[in-house]
Amino acid sequence: MHIKTMAEYAANGETPEVLFWVGCAGSFDQRAQKITKAFATILDKVGIQFAILGKEESCTGDPARRAGNEFIFQMMAQNNIQLLNMYGVKKIVTACPHCFNTLKNEYPALGGNYEVIHHTTFLQSLIDEGKIKMQEGGTFKGKKITYHDSCYLGRANNIYEAPRKVLETLDAELVEMKRCRSKGLCCGAGGAQMFKEEEKGSTRINFERGHEAVATGASVIAANCPFCMTMLTDGVKEAGKEDDVKVLDIAELIAQSMK
Amino acid sequence: MRIVQELLFVILFGAAVYLFARKAGQIRKNILLGRDKDLSDHPDLRWKNLFLLAFGQKKMFRNPLVAVLHFFVYAGFLIINLEILEIILDGILGTHRLFVPVLGSLYPVLISLFEVLAVLVLTGCAIFLVRRNILKLKRFISKDLDGWPRSDANYILITEIVLMALFLTMDTADQTLQARGVAHYIPTGSFWISGMLTPLFSGLSDGTLEAIERGCWWLHITGVLAFLNYLPYSKHLHIILAFPNAYYASLEPKGEMENMPAVQQEVQLMLQPELAANAPASDTMPKFGAKDVMDLTWKNLLDAYSCTECGRCSAACPANITGKLLSPRKIMMDTRDRLEEVGRNIKANGTFTDDNKTLLRDYISEEELRACTTCNACVQECPVSINPLDIILQLRRHLVMEESSAPAEWTGMFSNIENNMAPWKFSMDDRDKWATE
Ligand code: SF4
Ligand code: SF4
Repeated sequence: MHIKTMAEYAANGETPEVLFWVGCAGSFDQRAQKITKAFATILDKVGIQFAILGKEESCTGDPARRAGNEFIFQMMAQNNIQLLNMYGVKKIVTACPHCFNTLKNEYPALGGNYEVIHHTTFLQSLIDEGKIKMQEGGTFKGKKITYHDSCYLGRANNIYEAPRKVLETLDAELVEMKRCRSKGLCCGAGGAQMFKEEEKGSTRINFERGHEAVATGASVIAANCPFCMTMLTDGVKEAGKEDDVKVLDIAELIAQSMK
Repeated sequence: MRIVQELLFVILFGAAVYLFARKAGQIRKNILLGRDKDLSDHPDLRWKNLFLLAFGQKKMFRNPLVAVLHFFVYAGFLIINLEILEIILDGILGTHRLFVPVLGSLYPVLISLFEVLAVLVLTGCAIFLVRRNILKLKRFISKDLDGWPRSDANYILITEIVLMALFLTMDTADQTLQARGVAHYIPTGSFWISGMLTPLFSGLSDGTLEAIERGCWWLHITGVLAFLNYLPYSKHLHIILAFPNAYYASLEPKGEMENMPAVQQEVQLMLQPELAANAPASDTMPKFGAKDVMDLTWKNLLDAYSCTECGRCSAACPANITGKLLSPRKIMMDTRDRLEEVGRNIKANGTFTDDNKTLLRDYISEEELRACTTCNACVQECPVSINPLDIILQLRRHLVMEESSAPAEWTGMFSNIENNMAPWKFSMDDRDKWATE
């Protein structure tokens, strides 16, 4: 599969249906790259014309802004907006809820107005339109799956149902953690925590969440965020369950189960 | 004799209203010390929030049992205060149950409803006292509340119980006296609750009963006026401020951070220097972020006065749950304490005189601020529309942009973003490597 960039489309005088915003984690983090590939594979399979920015993409600026560094945020944001507007981008899909939040809610104030969609919502509409068809008796049929609400998709943007609807198509048994939906417990990565040691306390946030997820008895923890992915994977390891419980992104679950 | 009572009442009432108004004015002044922020948009949505969140107490219903109890206490307290209107008029005019002739047969029904509410308030407060002091819920035994705040909560509950008991006792004595046809105690018809309690007083003489009735009347109204004046010093100010606070609650998605136009413009000029010619020259160096309460918005300060210290925010805070120093409830309590201190400073000196203290560090430490994951759980849980996260983020902005104070890993992350366009040290050329593998 060759993934075309915006520059390539533009060179041919074409515009893709949607821009896939990959994000820094999706581009560089080895685990998150698998999510990126899974999502790109799905898009390719259902025949969506999509592009990436490739080397031209920059960090949205989210971690800098939340750490308090508005200058770096503004630098990244204004550069990105210039680029996106130059390509005339209208519609963006991203597999990272932090990128999603920043692009959707914070870029408009700086002159960047796009329709921004998180990949779980995008997958839901592909399923609703019948473009994604699931295998009979797929990989996850009958398995117990628990879904972790990321803060930036959930509370920050009130998206709770789309990811769950996508998971329902797997024919698996969905079990909820006690703290779910708007009460969901953070994985510990947001607000630039991903990029520094935790303050001292009685335990780590991802250990607390990892234990809670493992306690549901699920064999799969479904995530929607590359940072939650890292945090929960460590949390499950700490609970000594890395052999029995897999943390997978919703895109990976669908990629493995679709026809 | 009657004229003395009337006079006494008018003095008491006037003093209570005056003192309350003075304190309310002071609080308003303190809130307006905050930075300006226009929150006058979308009045329709704002009214909706006011009805759902403040009147309807929507967020309280995340725990239905507590919500129902709280609703009784709140609705009861509010509605019974209609009765206060009659009491005040009686006090000023020297009448007794002024509304009986006006309302006729409706009067006993109304008073009976108030009595039912009084019983509900009484029960609710008793259960709340048990929850706070005997069941030892985690958010109530937290060290955030050590000292005055814990007593404050108990004083209020006890006061409400006493006030309701006085009200019911007064009515019972009144009903007994009515039944005996004592002059001045005009017949009103039977009240549902106090009407059943009259046998308790059957052995007492008319004189004793009159003394009880008058005593309860005076204690009740004095108690209510004292309560009014206690409110502004207490977490119970929320029964008033929850309303404006819901009205002015943010209408933006919770994930959105406030933009900083000053920085936006500066960066724009850096990236597109050709715009500089048209840029309005500003001579004052803008301040970045917040170091003290005056740097926060007036809404942040209204938040601080509205906080009920219930701790729902901290009970949901991932940092607090895992033993970090951060507690969003403490952020709000600190902001209020510091604001009160600044207010006293201004009152004493005319203008604010440097006291070598700031909200940052003297009240809220860097360690607390660093522990926040910006997860919005505190904002989600707060029943009175408070946003502790907004304060945390403004203080963080000050730390990083005014003091260049950040953990070393963050400094590294900043320079990675600046140089490699990603928070990690990877080459920009490798950004699309995954696509070629
Ligand atoms: S946003 Fe920060 S303070 Fe609020 S609950 Fe989350 S971690 Fe705690
Ligand atoms: S901020 Fe809100 S949730 Fe937290 S203690 Fe105050 S009133 Fe309760």
